[in-house]
Amino acid sequence: MKEIELVIVGGGPAGMSAAVAAYESGISDLLIIERDARLGGILQQCIHNGFGLHRFGEELTGPEYAWKYEKLVREKQIPFLPNTMVLDITPDKVVTATNATDGVFQIKAKAIILAMGCRERSRGALNIAGTRPAGIYTAGTAQKYVNLKGYMPGKEVVILGSGDIGLIMARRMTLEGAKVHAVCELMPYSGGLARNIEQCLHDFDIPLRLSHTVVEIHGKERLTGVTIAKVDKNRRPIPETREYIPCDTLLLSVGLIPENELSKTASVTLDRVTGGAVVDQDRQTSVEGIFACGNVLHVHDLVDYVSEEAEIAGKNAAAYIRGEAIERTEINLRTDGKIRYTVPQRITQKKDVTVYFRVADVYRNVTVKILDGERVVYQKKKPRVAPGEMESITLNADQLADAKELLFALEVK
Amino acid sequence: MIKELTCIVCPKGCALRVELENQQVLSVTGNACPRGKQYAIDECTHPTRTLTTTARTADGGVVSVKTDRAIPKELMFDCMAQINRTVVSLPVRVGDVILENILGTGANVIATMNL
Ligand code: SF4
Repeated sequence: MKEIELVIVGGGPAGMSAAVAAYESGISDLLIIERDARLGGILQQCIHNGFGLHRFGEELTGPEYAWKYEKLVREKQIPFLPNTMVLDITPDKVVTATNATDGVFQIKAKAIILAMGCRERSRGALNIAGTRPAGIYTAGTAQKYVNLKGYMPGKEVVILGSGDIGLIMARRMTLEGAKVHAVCELMPYSGGLARNIEQCLHDFDIPLRLSHTVVEIHGKERLTGVTIAKVDKNRRPIPETREYIPCDTLLLSVGLIPENELSKTASVTLDRVTGGAVVDQDRQTSVEGIFACGNVLHVHDLVDYVSEEAEIAGKNAAAYIRGEAIERTEINLRTDGKIRYTVPQRITQKKDVTVYFRVADVYRNVTVKILDGERVVYQKKKPRVAPGEMESITLNADQLADAKELLFALEVK
Repeated sequence: MIKELTCIVCPKGCALRVELENQQVLSVTGNACPRGKQYAIDECTHPTRTLTTTARTADGGVVSVKTDRAIPKELMFDCMAQINRTVVSLPVRVGDVILENILGTGANVIATMNL
């Protein structure tokens, strides 16, 4: 069996940046395996701008951001296998993959970085009553058709879900001549960035219908319309508010799920809230030598943070391969429910650690508190927190002290 | 008159309050950085946007493109029409100019992808 020190599964922003970081930390025997024909992952189809402000101090489009990293991969001659699908990963780090030229083959790795990204939830369509005509797409599929293939999926559009991809597609379809009749959002607030509501909806007078959902799909062969309705506090549709909108296309932007089928084959412990692996500050999973980063770990709002996280994984995978001995500790990070999750979920080494977290709802005038039993490790007031915006706090070794468990809590007045 | 805006310059999306009198901006509050103030002034006097879209390639596919600077907001659809009439010859590299000074805006349309 072929042996390679570091195998990176996925050549999107996380995989590329992890590979570059590992290479710069001295690992030159490495390989990126990518299922698509080219590197870049989802960024290829995200042709809008807004990427890279943190990382590069300039506003880039998705393909430009990807190209910055692809250039580094090429300059350093980091090997990558395109059009190759990883089928299985074992806990002892044997990777089984397949492609059209090599057939099925296996590689034994010293360390593996999981960077498979996420996929779109399609469940939004499954619980809507009515027929099953053509014309219903996830927003990301429509984005691929329009931006990479040059096909328009339809002309009269309704979008369910106001996540960023839904908002971006509302603008994109409008620019290409479609009429977007409404963006319906089940929740009383949008899950997308405020700037996207402004520049994708307001700029084009596209109505955002908060607390609304699609209750019925109409049409035999092709979608002819949808019925939408307002929902009550318990998110149940209110019958009197039913409203018919003729349309030929329904786009679903109802959330993203980390794609962890391979992590499961490797027996990596998953976090039920994030849908990704449970990791420590180095982004090492429960299986020694297997690391995870990017959207496969938890869904990020900004690719800049994906790159940052992937660098942590890349550097530490390199340290693991070199067999650097480190003093270990074990601190579990817990959350109070108002804070939904943290990444990392555990701290195994006393050093500066940046903890990322997301909240469950929109809260105003809150205090974020980190508690070690009675001891307040950290606290900070915030005017507003929302599920759509990832927060971060950096803790230093002194703050960690002798904690065994840290509770991340939100105090709401 | 008070105008409320959302700054679109960075993902933070600050909520801006602009005090206006006869189209003149008197004050801007709510911006976490100076770029927000500039945005508010531009938005109230001559709003602009960077346009990102695709252009046809000679082989029938598409290549992603953008204006290399913001263009007047009201020209977005006219620029779209012009870009959609353009066919890009291959190969194309990131940064290649596809259309120069589109509609006299001073902005070039450049490729954002290698094909
Ligand atoms: S004011 Fe500054 S920090 Fe706030 S959104 Fe605008 S650019 Fe970002």
